Amino acid sequence: MGISQTGVKLALAAALTAGAITAAAEAPKRGGILTYMIPADGGPSLDGHRETTYAVLHATAPFYSVLIRVNPDNPASTTEFTCDLCREVPTPTDNGLTYTFKIRTGVKFHDGSPLTAQDVATSWNKIVHPAPGVASARENNFVMVDTITAPDDETVVFKLKFATLTFLPALADPYAYIYSKTVLDRDMHWYEKNIMGSGPFKLVEYQTGQSVKGERNPDYYHPGQPYLDGFVAIFAPKQSVRTDAIRADRAALEFRSLPPSARDQLIKELGDKIKVQESDWNCGNVVTPNHQKKPFDDVRVRKALFLAIDQWKGAAALSKIAIIRTVGSIVFPGSPFAATKEELQELSGYWPDIDKSRAEARRLLKEAGQENLTFELLNRNVDQPYKIVGTWLIDEWSKVGIKAAQKVVPTGPWLDSMRSGDFTVALEANCQNIVNPIADVGRWLPHEVQRENFGYFSDPEMIDIYNRMLRETDFKQARTLMRQYETRINQQAHQLMVTWWYRIVPMRSYVEGWRISPSHYLNQDLANVWLDR
Amino acid sequence: MVRYVIKRVALVIPTLLGAAALVFVLMRLIPGDVCVVRLGSSGGTFDPKAVALCHTELGMDRPVLVQFFDFVWGFLHLDFGTSMWSGAPVTSEIWARLPISLEIAILATVIAIAIAIPLGAISALKQNTWIDVVVRIFAVGGIATPSFWLGIVSLLIVLDVTSALFGAPWMPPIEYVPIWEDPLRNLSMAFLPAVTVGYRYAAVSMRMTRSAMLEVMQEDYIRTARAKGLINKLIINRHALKNALLPVVTLIGIEFAFLIGGLVVTEQVFNLNGVGRLFVQAVQNQDYTLTQALVMLTVMVFVACNLIVDLLYAWLDPRIRFS
Amino acid sequence: MATNTGTIGLPAIAADDVGSQRASRTRRLFRFFRRELLGTFGLLLVVVIAATGLGAELLAPYNPTANDFGAMMEAPSWQHLLGTDQFGRDLLSRIIFGARTAMIVGLSSALVGGTIGLIMGVGSAYFGGKTDLILQRIFDVFMAFPLIIMALAVVAIFGTGVQNVIIAITIPLIPRCARVVRSSALAIREVPYVDAARALGFGHIRIILCHMVPNVMAPFLIMVTAFVGQAVLAEASLSYLGLGVQEPVPAWGLMLQGGAEEYASSAPWIAIFPGVAIVLSVLGINLFGDALRDTLDPKLRKR
Repeated sequence: MGISQTGVKLALAAALTAGAITAAAEAPKRGGILTYMIPADGGPSLDGHRETTYAVLHATAPFYSVLIRVNPDNPASTTEFTCDLCREVPTPTDNGLTYTFKIRTGVKFHDGSPLTAQDVATSWNKIVHPAPGVASARENNFVMVDTITAPDDETVVFKLKFATLTFLPALADPYAYIYSKTVLDRDMHWYEKNIMGSGPFKLVEYQTGQSVKGERNPDYYHPGQPYLDGFVAIFAPKQSVRTDAIRADRAALEFRSLPPSARDQLIKELGDKIKVQESDWNCGNVVTPNHQKKPFDDVRVRKALFLAIDQWKGAAALSKIAIIRTVGSIVFPGSPFAATKEELQELSGYWPDIDKSRAEARRLLKEAGQENLTFELLNRNVDQPYKIVGTWLIDEWSKVGIKAAQKVVPTGPWLDSMRSGDFTVALEANCQNIVNPIADVGRWLPHEVQRENFGYFSDPEMIDIYNRMLRETDFKQARTLMRQYETRINQQAHQLMVTWWYRIVPMRSYVEGWRISPSHYLNQDLANVWLDR
Repeated sequence: MVRYVIKRVALVIPTLLGAAALVFVLMRLIPGDVCVVRLGSSGGTFDPKAVALCHTELGMDRPVLVQFFDFVWGFLHLDFGTSMWSGAPVTSEIWARLPISLEIAILATVIAIAIAIPLGAISALKQNTWIDVVVRIFAVGGIATPSFWLGIVSLLIVLDVTSALFGAPWMPPIEYVPIWEDPLRNLSMAFLPAVTVGYRYAAVSMRMTRSAMLEVMQEDYIRTARAKGLINKLIINRHALKNALLPVVTLIGIEFAFLIGGLVVTEQVFNLNGVGRLFVQAVQNQDYTLTQALVMLTVMVFVACNLIVDLLYAWLDPRIRFS
Repeated sequence: MATNTGTIGLPAIAADDVGSQRASRTRRLFRFFRRELLGTFGLLLVVVIAATGLGAELLAPYNPTANDFGAMMEAPSWQHLLGTDQFGRDLLSRIIFGARTAMIVGLSSALVGGTIGLIMGVGSAYFGGKTDLILQRIFDVFMAFPLIIMALAVVAIFGTGVQNVIIAITIPLIPRCARVVRSSALAIREVPYVDAARALGFGHIRIILCHMVPNVMAPFLIMVTAFVGQAVLAEASLSYLGLGVQEPVPAWGLMLQGGAEEYASSAPWIAIFPGVAIVLSVLGINLFGDALRDTLDPKLRKR
């Protein structure tokens, strides 16, 4: 396990290209209030353990500490994890089955009480083994965990059921806030309506649906941090407002992503008062044909659907109007687990010669007797990028004679149609927080294992490959298995990943210290952010 | 009169009950629910177990009739329950958003009246002159312009103009401050949205004023007054305008009830954390309790406005009372 | 029943004024054009837009739904008179085809909503009593009910096709028309000749169609005209909330929704031209509607 972990680190080479800004040499300035926008309406509860939306994370992450996390000064890396509350990322013992974390001493919650290993263990047990009646959104990521204990106030021990490469990245989950054991013992639901952590900022005010305000935590344990005196986060769901607000400096930035048109416009209008960080994004859209619905039970029809799409040309063109850029298959393109371009171009739907690809699509349709294929694409009524991708796909399919129409519905009905199997082809989203390829590709597993896979197919061979990959601790072996898994999905034309998303974060030039990562969920505690003015 | 009032008030009950039933049924006909939206909207995989737990927590696995009875019973006690999305009491969710919406609504009404009544009267007096033509086109323009488009474009104009004049673009604040804390900041936030809402509102009222004025000026007593040689201006002030105002006031009352609808779009455009935006949120999140409460609130405002107008008319016009 | 009313409804404009005025129809038409300059201008606008919608295939220089990634967001030029949108589609062609969508949405919502409202309103007034009371309460509920919930429900349940958008827009129009029609019809009901007709043993349907409907035609026509404009605007508002017609169908509200939000300052033509199309058509309809009201409303006609 130790060796493979190093292997992963060495393979880091395939890092992100565009926008990766080199660390500023200047010493951070202290002081100032950062105003940023959260591109959503207020989230549901305030409890990170049970919620999945970034609206909650962007509003609450600055108040909390976590056990380990991506490196805040290099969050673009998909393989580097550093300590927040622990003193050092441990090397597993016991054949990769035991991880022993030493916890910092002298850390205090905002109410003044000390934070110990007991708090860490209790919080993690709430996430991994929630009591009946307590919701935990990412419980499934921790199938490998057996027990979590705190033998003393400075030590937390995770014992695993089997060794796996997915454990450490899963542990760096940005939602895994450390709560106070005293509070949790009193009321497991307290954190749903209250905020009290040990993070760089203390809560000043949470105004429902409007804003969150925080001030510097003077007792913060990372020396010198946070640099900001405080922050104001304003909920702003409409994109036109957010672009205008950055332009008029009502807010410095939003941390999710703005479309390319907004970036170009801001640069044009503000010149050097604006700078941009960009990154490939651990999110994308998936074309999912419902295998239970004719004629999509026929692999030839499904394959034709994929072969008709010119991803290479499409991604390049769409990157001008949508938060889309990189062509890739099931693994995040920036990860060492991802297919190389050569490997990718072997797969249907990624051939470099689109004419050949479309000819093959027509041939398959003819062979299947589906030359006049007509269907409805289920899509979500979100502009960026769902509706743009949908509009593009429909035009691509029309080039092999497939007539598709979009059925665009709000989020609830969209999810419901997929969950109930009441659709023929759906445009899904695949959006994960931390880049953890082996865990992330679990979403492609057949319905019998992964209840939220809406292709409704059965494929024992896939499950077998996946289980071997999950338990493989050698990176090279795991990568080979990943290719087999990917090829299997593609040959059976179960589902197709189209166009990975692309994060574009334009900000006022005075914002320093923040680094973009492949996910809008990561690196949001703002401890290392400072203002240059 | 008393009998009429009782009868008229009694008729409100079936309307409220009907609206309650309608919103209850419609919300539940929409596929999906708040739990699915809450866990699935971010595009990651989620656990069906968590959805089931959420359903139990929110009491959504109870029989539908029980849920309906709960809603109506709670409503009768003015207990609207808690929001299914945030878990906070519905009343506090609405209360937090009410000030900005009310402020915009009142400001828009003031702007509308200030524009509509003088312009409408002038337009009627100068009927079929170029003044009339200009005023009418201005009025119809207000009705013909989609309010969100007007909002987006006016924001842009403000940004561009301030950028050209002062070198730095300016826009209204995007975070609400109560008027008693910082009146200037508060008004600079509310003004532009109030104008965009008020323009449409003014347009509707202006047309009403104009046609009411035209109608009144046909009445015999005005003709008599004119024949008597009183100066035109005096007649308008004393007689015509006063009488023409009744239908205009009615319209303003009824339109005020419709304002909430207008705010739905405008609050989005200007990032106002008001009731209109809450409405969209509640519906999108499929938050049954919050949506139900908001619908009932809108319906009640509407019904109340209508009731007041009706009673006012009955008081003024005895024929209505006795028919 | 619905179609019946429709066919009888049309000549009823004439029946509205019986006797001497029937001969002067043409003269009245000319007087309308002469006196109602704005109205005539409005009518002209409407006719032009309607003609554009009808002849879209002939007029549009490009296919309105074909993406052209070689020509994305191009400013107006001789090649693309109004520029291209984010998918490289010709804006002029989309606006021309959008006129057809607007006509379909506007006219069918207004006619269907108006006609159902007419039937319900007249029926409510004619039968009176319990029928009236119950119908009135139903109208109340639908009048007071927020459009967005109704629209969202319709769209969420049936999806976002053009006909579902029409349904969503039509429902709130019905009670509004019914209300106005009912109050006009109530007055007619008391007129002696309706009693006479009843005494002569005429059937309900016959009395309603031949005696009551023609007499409420004036307010009905005024309402329906106004509805067309409101429906076009409602479609735009629904689009803004993501509940309107969907891509790639060319529709003004839809073009504005993505365009105005994202490209208002970087590619303003995408945000401006569809908006202008909406404003012009609704302006035209309303100006015409105002003139129609001035002409048809007996109180104002005395002038």
